[in-house]
Amino acid sequence: MKAISLEEAVAMIPVGASVMVGGFMGVGTPERLLDEVVRQKKGGLSLICNDAAIPGKGVGKLFDAALVARLTATHIGLNAKAQQQMLANQITVDLVPQGTFVERIRAGGCGLGGVLTPTGVGTLVAQGKREIEVDGKPFLLETALRAQFALVHAFLADYLGNLAYALTSRNFNPVMAMAADTVIVTAENIVPIGVIAPDHVVTPAPLVDYLITNG
Amino acid sequence: MDPQIIIARRVAKELRSGDLVNLGIGIPTLVANYVPTDLKVFFQSENGLIGTGPIPEQGLAHPTLTDAGGRPISALPGASTFDSAMSFGLIRGGHVDVTVLGGLQVDAHGHLANWMIPGKMVPGMGGAMDLVSGAKRVIVAMQHAAKGKSKIVAKCSLPLTSARPVNLVVTDMAVIGFADGTATLLETAPGVTIGEVMAATEADLLVGDHVPEMMI
Repeated sequence: MKAISLEEAVAMIPVGASVMVGGFMGVGTPERLLDEVVRQKKGGLSLICNDAAIPGKGVGKLFDAALVARLTATHIGLNAKAQQQMLANQITVDLVPQGTFVERIRAGGCGLGGVLTPTGVGTLVAQGKREIEVDGKPFLLETALRAQFALVHAFLADYLGNLAYALTSRNFNPVMAMAADTVIVTAENIVPIGVIAPDHVVTPAPLVDYLITNG
Repeated sequence: MDPQIIIARRVAKELRSGDLVNLGIGIPTLVANYVPTDLKVFFQSENGLIGTGPIPEQGLAHPTLTDAGGRPISALPGASTFDSAMSFGLIRGGHVDVTVLGGLQVDAHGHLANWMIPGKMVPGMGGAMDLVSGAKRVIVAMQHAAKGKSKIVAKCSLPLTSARPVNLVVTDMAVIGFADGTATLLETAPGVTIGEVMAATEADLLVGDHVPEMMI
C-alpha cells in the first residue's frame, strides 16, 4: 500500500476507465475521490455502483457532471438526472438484481467465472443468458464483473492499509476491494497499526493499493 | 381507517416470534409499526443490517446507519451488520422467513410484477427479484386497485419480478392466497362484501364456503 494525495490518485484514472464505487444510496461512498474525479473531469466512465444515489451526493455527482457513459447498477429510481440521461440515451444502463450484482463482483474478485442464481429465471433478466439446470432446478449463469479501479470508503484504515467499516456504510466496499486491478481507499480515520484488531480487519492490507492521505 | 393502515395491520398478523423479515418500501415499511412489542421479530435492511430500529430522535442520526432508501434509522440491541454479499446470501439462501413487498400487479397464479412500467418507469429492480426468488414466504401489500383498475389481474401485462408465485396478497379489500396455484379469496376487509371484492377484481377468485372478515 502507498499513501498518496487525492490529486495523484485520481490522475491515475484514465478517461473512459471502468470504475467500481462502493456505497449504497451514497452511504459508504468515497466522496472526496468523487469530488476530485469531477474536478479533473474524468469523463466517459464505465461506472459500476449499486445505485445512482441522488443529485449532489455520492456517485450522483458524476451524473451531475455528465461523466458517466455506461452504468451497471441495481436501482437508479431516486436520481432523476440519471434516469433522464438513460432515457435520452446519453448513458447505457445495465440493470442487475442486487443479489446478482454483488455475486458477480464477488466472483470477479475470487477468481470465479461467474455464478448460478435462481434470481431472474423466467423474467426479462434472463434474456440472452444461459439457463443451466442443477438437480432439476433452473439457474441463470451470471458472469463475473471486474473493473480497472475500485474506489472504496472505510471507517478505519491503518498505516498498512488494513480496513474496517462502520454499520451500513460497509455494503459493497469489501467486495469491490477484491475485484479491481487498482484499489484506492479513503477512510474516515487513519490509525496506527494495531488499532484494528486482527479479528476486526474486514479488508486485509494487501488488497489495498493506495490510501488517500488526510488534508 | 386509512387503506394503507388496514393493509399494514393485517400483514403484521402474519409475523411470528423469531422471524427474520425484510420489508420493502411504501406500504410494507408501515408493517413494523403494528408488530406487537412482545413479538421478537428481526427486521433486515438489505443494505446490511439485522435489527433495524425506529427513526432516531432529532439530532441523533448517524450518516453510517441508514435504511435501503438512504434514510437515517437506528439499530436495536442485538443488531448485526454485514456486507451486501452476506445480505443477499441471507435473502437468496432462504434464511429470510418473510418478505413484504409492494406490487403493481399480481395475477391469478400469484405472479408478481413490481419493478418496471416499460417506457414510463424504469427505476431498476434493486433487491426485489432476489427477495421473491429466495424468501421463504412472500407477502404482497398493496392497494386493491389503482385509478379504478384492479391490480389483481388475470395475467400480468407488466414484466414479472420472478417466475415464483407469491404466497399471500393483502389489500385494503381482501386477503388472497395462492395455495393451489389459483387465487383464492381468504378474507374480506371490514365492511367489504364478497360481491364488492369480486366486482373490484379482474382475476377470477376461488371463494370458499366461509370467508371471514380480516382481523385487524
